[in-house]
Amino acid sequence: MLNGIPINYYIMLSAVLFIIGVIGVMARRNAIIIFMCIELMLNAVNLLLVAFSTLHNDASGQVFVFFIMAVAAAEVAVGLAILSMVYRNFKTIDIDLLSRLKN
Amino acid sequence: MLGLTITQWLFGILSFMAIMFALMVVFTRNPVNSVLYLVLTFFCIAGHYLLLNAQFLAVVHIVVYAGAIMVLFLFIIMLMNLNADTEPRKHIATRAIAGVVGGVLLFVMVGALKGAEQLQMVQGGASQIGLVKNLGKVLFSEFLFPFEIASILLLAALVGAIMIGKRDTNINSKETINN
Repeated sequence: MLNGIPINYYIMLSAVLFIIGVIGVMARRNAIIIFMCIELMLNAVNLLLVAFSTLHNDASGQVFVFFIMAVAAAEVAVGLAILSMVYRNFKTIDIDLLSRLKN
Repeated sequence: MLGLTITQWLFGILSFMAIMFALMVVFTRNPVNSVLYLVLTFFCIAGHYLLLNAQFLAVVHIVVYAGAIMVLFLFIIMLMNLNADTEPRKHIATRAIAGVVGGVLLFVMVGALKGAEQLQMVQGGASQIGLVKNLGKVLFSEFLFPFEIASILLLAALVGAIMIGKRDTNINSKETINN
């Protein structure tokens, strides 16, 4: 029993990492940094899934994390393609400027 | 040493490093440094996976995130020639509000999750489900169909990224004709 770590610690660590990601999304204007903060949030959730999967000794959680990684890779590929296209057309990836280009 | 085992020491050190590097991702001005700090954060999270004895996921995490996704980010940032001087900054009030909202959200989440699953220990070393053999058996029996769907998703993302990313030659040629 002494070797283990309480599940509370993992919950708190994931919450802190997730909220750092949320703050990054709100506080930064560079679209690429916002993407990276979304990756950080995904990873916080992944960590919690693995922790609970180990706690309950159930492999489904880890398989789910595997699928989340696949989806994240697909999302990043498409997202960065869109961003590079936006940069080619507007010469900026500042989201506050891009929101004014709607019309 | 303070009555803590090596696992608990490792957990503490890895958590501290992960949180510090994650903070540096958000607060560094140079986007290239930001990417490098995110890679370090991912290595810390991979260390957590190892502590939980999820060895397959630890390796996949390093290969996919630190190896593939972060290289993609680095390529795009260098392609756009971004650095600290070109980095746009939000107004100070917006950033302060973002910090306050994040703090309040953390407060609420800690308060809500405080009593959850109290005193349940995660038996990292004892669990065998994270090994490649066991996880592979589950993945290729119970989750075979989602696995195939994931491959189709990746193929679709590949085709989509190429379609979006390629320069549209038709429009360009039309413009030159009109001009």
